[in-house]
Amino acid sequence: MDLGSVLTLGQTALELGLISSLTVLALFLSYSMLNVCDLSTDGCFTLGATVGAVVALAGHPWLSIPAAMLAGMLSGFVTALLQTKMGIDSLLSGIIVNTGLYSINIAVMGNSSLLNMNKTETVFTKMKAALAGSFLAGQYKMLVALIAVALVILFLSLFLRTRLGLAIRATGNNPDMVRSSSINPAFTTIVGLVIANAFTALSGCLLAQSQKSVNIDIGTGMVTVALASLLIGNAFLGRGKIPLRAVGAVLGAFLFRLVYTVALRFNMPAFMLKLVSAVIVIIAIAGPYLRSQLPLFRRRLAHRRGKGDAEC
Amino acid sequence: MLNISHISKTFNPGTVNAKLALNDLSLRVEDGEFVTIIGANGAGKSTLFNAICGSFITDSGSIVLDDLDMTLLPEYRRAKQIGRLFQDPMRGSAPGMSIEENLALAAGKGGWLSRVSRSDREQFRERLSLLGMGLEDRMQQPVGLLSGGQRQALTLMMATFNPPKLLLLDEHTAALDPASAEKVLAITREIVEENRLTCLMVTHNMQSALDLGSRTVMMDRGRVIFDVSGEKRRGLTIADLMEQFRIAAGKALDNDRMLLGVD
Repeated sequence: MDLGSVLTLGQTALELGLISSLTVLALFLSYSMLNVCDLSTDGCFTLGATVGAVVALAGHPWLSIPAAMLAGMLSGFVTALLQTKMGIDSLLSGIIVNTGLYSINIAVMGNSSLLNMNKTETVFTKMKAALAGSFLAGQYKMLVALIAVALVILFLSLFLRTRLGLAIRATGNNPDMVRSSSINPAFTTIVGLVIANAFTALSGCLLAQSQKSVNIDIGTGMVTVALASLLIGNAFLGRGKIPLRAVGAVLGAFLFRLVYTVALRFNMPAFMLKLVSAVIVIIAIAGPYLRSQLPLFRRRLAHRRGKGDAEC
Repeated sequence: MLNISHISKTFNPGTVNAKLALNDLSLRVEDGEFVTIIGANGAGKSTLFNAICGSFITDSGSIVLDDLDMTLLPEYRRAKQIGRLFQDPMRGSAPGMSIEENLALAAGKGGWLSRVSRSDREQFRERLSLLGMGLEDRMQQPVGLLSGGQRQALTLMMATFNPPKLLLLDEHTAALDPASAEKVLAITREIVEENRLTCLMVTHNMQSALDLGSRTVMMDRGRVIFDVSGEKRRGLTIADLMEQFRIAAGKALDNDRMLLGVD
């Protein structure tokens, strides 16, 4: 492999990592802060992709971004409403919304499961045109993604320090305490999920526009991929202040993509992506638990062995 | 003034596990009164607190605090008027957030998008130094690093940051080691006296039930069976309390923890 192709490889990983890191940041808010595992993430990601694509196809590349985010917020609002006001378990409400979104996404795409944006003006083509001739011309994808990620991190860093942000963090940490601070945890959960899903939808919208097509499966497995990235990032920058941890989440997304891109290079079939992410999530969550069980396991083993000796 | 009139609550109604936890209970607490509540396990002491806080809505009766009829209000709406401490020091604060962030939530100042200002920080620091635990120099540390006693003292400060109309203490020193318990109790007395808080305190320690506060209430099977204050209470001993219990409940008080005065 020559240097050129290594660089291309790194750049692809960085672009894809940055775009998908928006979903990781969404999970950073819902999973790490609010302690809700939002299983509607897959559907919401696709929703952002389809809504963004349809609006862009209608000739409004800039409008596609807020439109996709608004759709995501609506989806997050429904997920949150189901679990806070209607007595549906939080995991189940995510799954229900995810299922419902499948039909909605096909409907958004006009009864089709595939849309092509080859000749459509998108935020990426706009950026490409704007950068034409400058030294950054080749980096237009990266630049769009970078701006989006920077804005989201800036927003999260500021927002999570406000009273509402603190209340959202406390809701995931100790809901009893939120209630005793005269704050309704249902309200903080709704706000948190609405914001998180706006980012998920933005992520989907940007991915679809960068690859110039959207199909109904674009978001499948996204929640596991993003969770894997989040946990990788946690391993490196899991402690400390919020901005640092948010950067850690982005770093995790990039590392995940990098490993994946390299693995593809070494002839790992593309369909292995989901399995790899599933295994990473299992290791990251089950690892610490199993490690904590190790002393007990050793004692049991020693105990059994000791007994065996006594019987001899 | 807290006016609880004829509240009842049955858990698991209509099943074999049905339990009448509060039985037509009435209690009137005047402003500034400090009431200690004693009773055997299952007498309904914590259930009474849960009813006042709104952890559940009572089946009947009414709960009025000053002019506010709280009978049907959800828990978070009542919380503005009520501060509560639990036996478990972990319940009152968020372990993953810093002392400062916990205090900012308890202070509840400003709008949703307001942030902790320098003057807020100054005020937090001042209040924390009153605890005499050195917490004012650890404001950026996560609360999860504090000891049980420190955490309970912090929770007490958070619950009374904006002096509530009513302070409920549910055996809040029972899970602490003796030295911390004493310290937290001393801080409690200070804060309650300074702010003239109306306060209800559940305790298993009969001696401190008589030593602390201005009135003692004994509960059994979801009712108030003995209520003493003023002159009559002054000369009371543990033996007197036990005798009262036997007369009122029709059985001997059978609870080692209470008899031994263990916290």
